[in-house]
Amino acid sequence: MNSETQRLNSGWHRFIDSDLLYSFRRSPVTIVASVVVFTLILAALLAPWIAPHDPFDVSTLSLLNSELPPAWVEGGDATFLLGTDGQGRDVLSAMLYGARISILVGLSSVAFAMVLGVCLGLLAAYVGGAVDATIMRIADIMISFPPILVALLINGVARGILPPEMQHDAVIFVLILAIGLTTWVQYARTVRGSTMVEKNREYVLAARVIGLRSRTIMAKHILPNVIGPILVVATVNLAIAILIEAALSFLGVGMPPTEPSLGTLIRIGNEFLFSGVWWVVIFPSIVLVLLVLSVNLLGDWLRDALNPKLR
Amino acid sequence: MNKINKYLVLPIITSSTLFTTVQANTITWSDTSDIYSMDPHGQAISPTLAFLHHIYEPLVRYNKELEIEPSLATDWEVVRPDLWRFTLREGVTYHNGNSFDADDVVASLKRAIHPDSPLRGNLPAVSDVRKVNSHTVEIELNGSYPLLLNDLTNVYILDKDWMTEHGALDPVDPTKGDRSYSTTNTNGTGPFVLESRRPDAETILTINEDWWDDAQHNLTRIEFTPISSDATRVSALLSGQIDMMLSVPLQDVSRLESSQGYQVHEIAGLRTIMLALNQSADRLGQNGLDSNPLQDLRVRKALYQAIDMDLIRDRLMRGKSRNTALPVAPAVPGYDASLDERFPHDPDAAQQLLTEAGYPDGFTVGLDCPNDRYVRDEEICQAIAAMWARVGVNARVNARNSSNHWQEALNGGSDIWMFGWATLPMLDSFSILSQVISSPNNNYGAWNPGNYQNDEVNSLIEKIAVAQDEEERLAMIARAFELSKADIPLIPLHQQPLIWATKDNINVPQTPDNKVRLWYATVE
Amino acid sequence: MLAVAFIAFSMFSFVGDPVTNMLPQDATLEQRTALQERLGLNESLPVQFGKFVTNAVQGNFGISYRNQRLVSDLIAERFPATMELVFAAVVMSLVIGIPMGVYTALKRDSWLSHLLQALSLTGISVPTFVTGILLILVFSVWLNWLPSFGRGEVVELGWWSTGLLTVSGIKAMIMPVITLSLFQITLIMRLVRAEMLEVLKTDYIRFARARGLTNRVVNFSHALRNTLMPVITITGLQIGALIAFAIITETVFQWPGMGLLFMQAVSFVDIPVMSAYLVMVSLIFVVINTIVDMLYFVVDPRLRVDTGQNKAGA
Repeated sequence: MNSETQRLNSGWHRFIDSDLLYSFRRSPVTIVASVVVFTLILAALLAPWIAPHDPFDVSTLSLLNSELPPAWVEGGDATFLLGTDGQGRDVLSAMLYGARISILVGLSSVAFAMVLGVCLGLLAAYVGGAVDATIMRIADIMISFPPILVALLINGVARGILPPEMQHDAVIFVLILAIGLTTWVQYARTVRGSTMVEKNREYVLAARVIGLRSRTIMAKHILPNVIGPILVVATVNLAIAILIEAALSFLGVGMPPTEPSLGTLIRIGNEFLFSGVWWVVIFPSIVLVLLVLSVNLLGDWLRDALNPKLR
Repeated sequence: MNKINKYLVLPIITSSTLFTTVQANTITWSDTSDIYSMDPHGQAISPTLAFLHHIYEPLVRYNKELEIEPSLATDWEVVRPDLWRFTLREGVTYHNGNSFDADDVVASLKRAIHPDSPLRGNLPAVSDVRKVNSHTVEIELNGSYPLLLNDLTNVYILDKDWMTEHGALDPVDPTKGDRSYSTTNTNGTGPFVLESRRPDAETILTINEDWWDDAQHNLTRIEFTPISSDATRVSALLSGQIDMMLSVPLQDVSRLESSQGYQVHEIAGLRTIMLALNQSADRLGQNGLDSNPLQDLRVRKALYQAIDMDLIRDRLMRGKSRNTALPVAPAVPGYDASLDERFPHDPDAAQQLLTEAGYPDGFTVGLDCPNDRYVRDEEICQAIAAMWARVGVNARVNARNSSNHWQEALNGGSDIWMFGWATLPMLDSFSILSQVISSPNNNYGAWNPGNYQNDEVNSLIEKIAVAQDEEERLAMIARAFELSKADIPLIPLHQQPLIWATKDNINVPQTPDNKVRLWYATVE
Repeated sequence: MLAVAFIAFSMFSFVGDPVTNMLPQDATLEQRTALQERLGLNESLPVQFGKFVTNAVQGNFGISYRNQRLVSDLIAERFPATMELVFAAVVMSLVIGIPMGVYTALKRDSWLSHLLQALSLTGISVPTFVTGILLILVFSVWLNWLPSFGRGEVVELGWWSTGLLTVSGIKAMIMPVITLSLFQITLIMRLVRAEMLEVLKTDYIRFARARGLTNRVVNFSHALRNTLMPVITITGLQIGALIAFAIITETVFQWPGMGLLFMQAVSFVDIPVMSAYLVMVSLIFVVINTIVDMLYFVVDPRLRVDTGQNKAGA
């Protein structure tokens, strides 16, 4: 037990002393960005408890409350701090729930695409030959479909396969699958491009000469060296994932307006841009921009900190 | 001397061109989608037919009060219930100079009723067309049919020689792979001539100096540009790039009204928005019950009375829609004001009805809506779902693009679904009675997948189809509406508003059929 | 390609029913079934697909349900508009993105590079359709400088129509290109910056400096050159993404290109046009990918060690 504590302690100490934390403490922008990201994630996670209203409970909605401005503007109502939308839904609550959905869709689809893309990319570049050709042709096919279309397809198939009562709840998984399947190619191609260079480098040749297994070489030697570009793509892609989700709801296959994501909220609000009901579009947009910006800044920092060549 | 002459002549030319540009009255206008084809028998889409009316003309046409008046035919008589004789206008020429006669009418109508013709459905009763002499034709019908003139307003006449010359005598068949000359070229008798066209970008018309009718317009040029994005279209008008737009989004009306130099034109449209209730399924797709509550009249009435249409009109429709109890608008022949009273909004009564029907705690039901077809379609469904939730009915709103929506709904896959009906192109109550209210058979009931059936109504519809006496016919239509209203096969909601916006200097008549008739337009 | 066509094709059974769009609303059931039969929609999917492939191989994509014109004509008409838009966006993203990337890499801590990074990120955090509308609001409605829709005046050069030769054409292009390239600019900038930072730390750059080469030569002829390969990869890949994203840009600005055609085809369920569009886009892709693969060898000497050209090139 004693040794156990010691081990844990030393793990903690190693973390405290690490370059990672050092560079984190040195960068105020990163600290702010991470505070923003974690606040948003926390707020989104706790939405059912901190949101003043439940935007999914349609029986509480009343058109009588529609298009109320924010509380501090003339005509506003204190129970709806940031105003209401055309259905009488509280904008603040809708945003909290919306952020929850956007973050979930974004993170899950990026994780899914990254794992798939990195594995296939490494495999293609390292093994080469027929495997490479097959994977890259599949990649060509996948990427030549706009994500919108793949989502339509998966959506349609899901409708055909799933019983009607499940369809409603399956939308979110359909979205994750659709966005993931259309974005993995970027990771695969980036990894493959970098790996093709790396694999001819001396250190890989050396590793091969001393008889390391291919899998080990790929995972321990090549992967860390190609991770830089991957992180760039991943951070940008988190934004893309959220935006694709918005575009899909634009076409009626994204999150339904009864369970809106941030993107859906912006899409709905966008129609009101000329008519003076600004709060419906401005607040969700601000949250989305903050979220995407902070995630990207975190990604930037992580990339610089992780990259052995930049130390 | 020569030099001086040059200098003298030059300013004169410039000033005269200046003069004509001042006189040039161009209308640049825009709607959501482009004209599909330049062939007047190529498709049966209302906006396209409305546009082609500027170039081509029918035998009879609607005027700006939506009354039928002579166009290329000057007179007609009913020889027998199934045989009509038309006298044609003399001295009419096509844009290419050819003159108009009976051969053209015979060739054009035969082209329209050709089995491959997409316009075939617009002339359901016509079986044959014959030339009597150079300016008389006879149209033979497959039975007594009161709506021939309505149908003919949408069938335009083409020059036979021109069609023969360019191999366009047969209609365009989308299933066969040939190019048709008439899809991109025109030769009509109408007030305007096609100058040039770039699909999805612009279609330009100039004036036909030799038009047979007295021109009431003072235009010299029409430019049509489709702009599908609402916000872009409004911007194009506000930045002065276009003079007129259709389909103004409701939320932008006040902005346009308050902007200097623009006017907004509003009128209640023909299109009635309704919810269809599926009574055919033994169980509904979305509720896990073993029965279909919608088969119970009390449930249908409860759903009806739970909807507060006044609130929807005042909030969602900004006071611009017209709530209705009938599936047709006042401008449609057969509309009866005495029937146009909704069952009152009454949530308590609705709750009571549900309890009586055995659903005191409500039930779950699917509510399918298009999200790209009608004014605020998706929002209306959401609002209705909220109202139903208050009487315990849990409606799952499923909003999709209209193609998906129709596919599922018309195959009977939807529980409750939204649709609109404008009675176009027929412009008569028979349109909705035959295709929505009648129970499904080969000819009728294509839009009744929910299988509403009332035998008395069905037999009335059969009689209306062949009635010759107009008064009697309208009385039967009213009776059919009255009977079906009591059954609540569908819940009528409202007629959606038609909103156009123009610059202040443009006058154009607006009709409930949402068709632009620029031969009545003037520019000041 | 065949796979693309098949996936595309099987997908269309889910997009909806074209018949409702092709007939007047009060068409009878009989008319509806008759039309379905004539369009061959009642046949099984493999049979429909077989017919499509047989025709497509002969360059015949059929007739558009909506426009009743040859699909190949429709695509050919719209192709130049989309390609001009996409290539202008690519050029713009390279011309602006690369210098911005180099600057932010070389002057890592200057306030300007922080500002550039933050701005570019904010720019891409807003959905494209909002950006487009905001641009229209500012430059068309308020300032009245630029047209809000269309291509302006175009000049026909044989079968290619171009908007680059007239003032109104170029003006019409500005806002769509900005909207479309905003994302690419950010991506290229970040990529160049990341690669550049890495390369600047490598030994051979240090050697180059040690050899007394000027900063300019080191930065641009050595460092930048080495960052170009991933830039080429991404740019090549992104051309496809741009064609796809052009769908939204073209819808917002009523740009008469293939994306707009496709969107209209989707809403009308114009199956021949949708199939042809997808086949066309995947064809463009295969071509671009091949070019990118070839460019690798031109730009990166390490990949052609065994060709012997290397020495001459270096």
